[in-house]
Amino acid sequence: MLKAHSITCIKGDRLLFEDLCLQVQPGEVCQIHGSNGVGKTALLRILCGLTLPEGGEVFWNSTPIRKDPGNFQADLTYVGHSNGIKMDLTPRENLAFALTLQSSSPGASIDEALEKVGLGMFQHLPCRVLSAGQRRRVAIARLYLSRAPLWVLDEPLGAIDAEGVQSIENAIQDHLNEDGMAILTTHQPLSVKHTVIRAVHLDN
Amino acid sequence: MPGLSHALLALIRRDVRLVVRHPSEVAHPVMFFIIVVAVFPFGVGSDPALLREIAPGIIWVGALLATLLSLDALFRSDFEDGTLEQLALSGHPLTILVLGKVFVHWCATGLPLLIATPLLGLFLGMTTETQLTLLTALVLGTPTLSLIGSVGTALTVGIRRGGLLLTLLVLPLYVPVLIFGASGVLAANAGLPAAGHFYFLGAMMVLALVLAPLAASAALRISLN
Repeated sequence: MLKAHSITCIKGDRLLFEDLCLQVQPGEVCQIHGSNGVGKTALLRILCGLTLPEGGEVFWNSTPIRKDPGNFQADLTYVGHSNGIKMDLTPRENLAFALTLQSSSPGASIDEALEKVGLGMFQHLPCRVLSAGQRRRVAIARLYLSRAPLWVLDEPLGAIDAEGVQSIENAIQDHLNEDGMAILTTHQPLSVKHTVIRAVHLDN
Repeated sequence: MPGLSHALLALIRRDVRLVVRHPSEVAHPVMFFIIVVAVFPFGVGSDPALLREIAPGIIWVGALLATLLSLDALFRSDFEDGTLEQLALSGHPLTILVLGKVFVHWCATGLPLLIATPLLGLFLGMTTETQLTLLTALVLGTPTLSLIGSVGTALTVGIRRGGLLLTLLVLPLYVPVLIFGASGVLAANAGLPAAGHFYFLGAMMVLALVLAPLAASAALRISLN
């Protein structure tokens, strides 16, 4: 269970949000709404421990993530605003590296992951020549490689076509059915069934 | 931790592969090094005795500047494409991963300098013994330069056009390496024992090997913040 208690975030000298509390239980998805620049990405970075909040604390299974980052990170898959892939490497090489780097237990094989995001045909091309949507798919393919219970996804559906959106939603659905948790920002309405969608709306 | 050694090896393999696919990153610093050393005789005159005298100093300064030039590439691309975030969230100690990255960086930029040094020594009329002493000093000194540089780059990677700041941060820390490296060769040239200088260079390398990755990984976390 991920719990954020009384989070305050200040960027420069602008207060983005304060006293923000949220909680995500196994099998739940938390969708963060808000217009551009209200601090959605900042919130996600705080939740996964990349940024220290100005105030408040994030807890993973009731331990502060600052106290035991190793354990928390083993349970986390983060797909950030940047894809986190190397342009000079092929999708297969990028995923092979991601698979070795992660400390959580492995999920699907690289072949399966590539197949699921529809990049089987492009696996031997450098990511530099792929389109923005295909690069995003390489980043998304990392979700299949691990069994980490917590997914933190920053605009996972950005640049993805309708068919791709459907398959990502299915992936999130499967993940939730296996008692996983997902926190994501997206401007599109998310269609997952039989699950609690907790919505956080950030506003100026 | 078998996971950590696998991750470290994978990171080293990935960075080597990236260097192989982008050989210009290796070529730039070493070309710069060769050019800097090669233009010196035009400036100070072509008197062989004078050149032989100042050759170790020229080569040391050239190596130092070439290293400085190459530093930006160490974390910049990882920072910009988001792979640094993935490294920081991998659950493995960032210190060890940073050490792996610095190792590849030294192999890609420091090692070519060492390979080019005998050629430049020949240009400047250095004797074989002096060349060997200089090479020993560089073998001990250039890893220290890369390690110290990694701390500066980690601190400035979040800043656009952080090049000048990087130079101001790192150059004062490079001066001791330059002093002991160049004066060791001069001492050997004058027939004095150079071992003391080399011990100091070795000590600085060990110190940097232990402390620099710690400082660099902390600085990277700050830059990501």
